[in-house]
Amino acid sequence: MRKAVIIGAGMTPVGEHWKLSLRDLAVEALLKAMEDAGVDKVDSLYVGNMVSGPFVEQENLGALIADWAGLGNIPAVKIEAACASGGAAVQEGVKAVLSGLEDVVAVVGVEKMTDAWPSDATRYLAYAADAEWELFHGASFVALNALIMRHYMKTYGYTEEDLALFAVNAHANGAKNPYAMFKRPIKVETVLKSPYIADPLKLFDASPVCDGAAAVIITTPEKAEELGVPKEKWVEVAGMARAIDTINLANREDLLTLKAAKIAAEKAYKMAGVEPKDIDFFEVHDAFTVMAALSLEALGVAKKGEGAKLAREGQIAIDADYPIQTMGGLKARGHPVGATGVYQTLEAVLQLRGEAPNQVPDAEVGLTQNIGGTGSNITVSIFRRV
Amino acid sequence: MARPMQVSRYWRHFREKYRLIGGKCENGHVFFPHRGVCPVCGSKNVEEYEFSGRGKVLTWTIVRNPPSGFEYYKPYPLALVQLEEGPVVLAQLTDVDPEEIHEGMEVEVVTRKVREFEEDGIILYAYKFRPVLK
Ligand SMILES: [Zn+2]
Repeated sequence: MRKAVIIGAGMTPVGEHWKLSLRDLAVEALLKAMEDAGVDKVDSLYVGNMVSGPFVEQENLGALIADWAGLGNIPAVKIEAACASGGAAVQEGVKAVLSGLEDVVAVVGVEKMTDAWPSDATRYLAYAADAEWELFHGASFVALNALIMRHYMKTYGYTEEDLALFAVNAHANGAKNPYAMFKRPIKVETVLKSPYIADPLKLFDASPVCDGAAAVIITTPEKAEELGVPKEKWVEVAGMARAIDTINLANREDLLTLKAAKIAAEKAYKMAGVEPKDIDFFEVHDAFTVMAALSLEALGVAKKGEGAKLAREGQIAIDADYPIQTMGGLKARGHPVGATGVYQTLEAVLQLRGEAPNQVPDAEVGLTQNIGGTGSNITVSIFRRV
Repeated sequence: MARPMQVSRYWRHFREKYRLIGGKCENGHVFFPHRGVCPVCGSKNVEEYEFSGRGKVLTWTIVRNPPSGFEYYKPYPLALVQLEEGPVVLAQLTDVDPEEIHEGMEVEVVTRKVREFEEDGIILYAYKFRPVLK
């Protein structure tokens, strides 16, 4: 089978980009990634994006972005899997390369969220839930996660303080990332004192509404050699998989198991030939603090019900056994929804090249996990230093 | 907030939403909402099943930053209710002081207004749950 390597990465800072449009952000990230790889053309483009239609009245992002980046008449499409759109777009790009149909593929994840009123943004994000049986009843995405959070705390005896530790860790790491939205460390009290947005979920348990774009260039090792890309820049895509679960939270077998993540992780570990203990860092989907805890459990890093214990025991920091959110995660780097999976990929690439601003010492293998919906559509990817 | 283009988008679910009608497959699995394929065993032999409307609060929250269209109602309690027949349903709680809500609270279904569009728009009704009247 062919192998896939990432040879270029580029991004915009995450934030409130009032002067830049969706296309500006996407083109900037894409051109930076191509420059980083040293390529001036690609065979195809995959765009990870969740809700550009409602947010900026723009679909057909494949044509828009390829056109405005000057990529010529290549095939280009948008890939949508709710907040996991970015992770899914990367995986589709890798599949195109592995299939042999395309040799050099560009993937860009982009989302422009700050052009909408906040309550409309809340509505658009809830499009990832079940419109007829969740949003119909006034469920926001935050509210659905709050239902999970309360149930998690109640079932395993955790407090709001325990979960706040995930936010504290993310901000501590984000503080070192020049591309993060929030570059300030916070304390547990900061989280606890922030207002409830859906009890027991507080403002600082949640990732921000923001804008951003990230891009990567994928090819085969042979082609990378031919293109003259120095080996230090290669990062192998060692394993990847994804799975879905019920779209409606009420229909889950178990509210506290991210079954889709579990299934995807098992496949990805097998494909990469590694186990959780072999992974040097994890970029998990901490859109809400409870999701970080559940992710660690689904990925086999913690036993069921013990995800939050890892934070309490200090095992998730950069210098600990299971570093997570090395560049701030969704919480501090920011969560431009459809772009997030590509940011995670790019951050894994920087870690494995040894170029991360918050470097995990001697990182060899990293994992990214990108959640769409309340766990209904999840991607897991494993990357290895070449 | 834009009005729905088609009233039909909402009325096709009125029966399910007014009477809490879900499905039951040939193997006895009951589920809500109704669908043509049993989510448990995959059977396509499914008939309608009306739930009793009694259940318990599994988990709950208070929505303080609602999606557009629901601003008028904020803050409002939202819960996952486990019906006595087994399935879980997401719905708003009504006729209850937020202070009283707790896991395990016994509730029963009622029909209430869920949302009102603009002056000349439609009004949507559906199930909500209230504490069981003693
Ligand atoms: Zn069945």
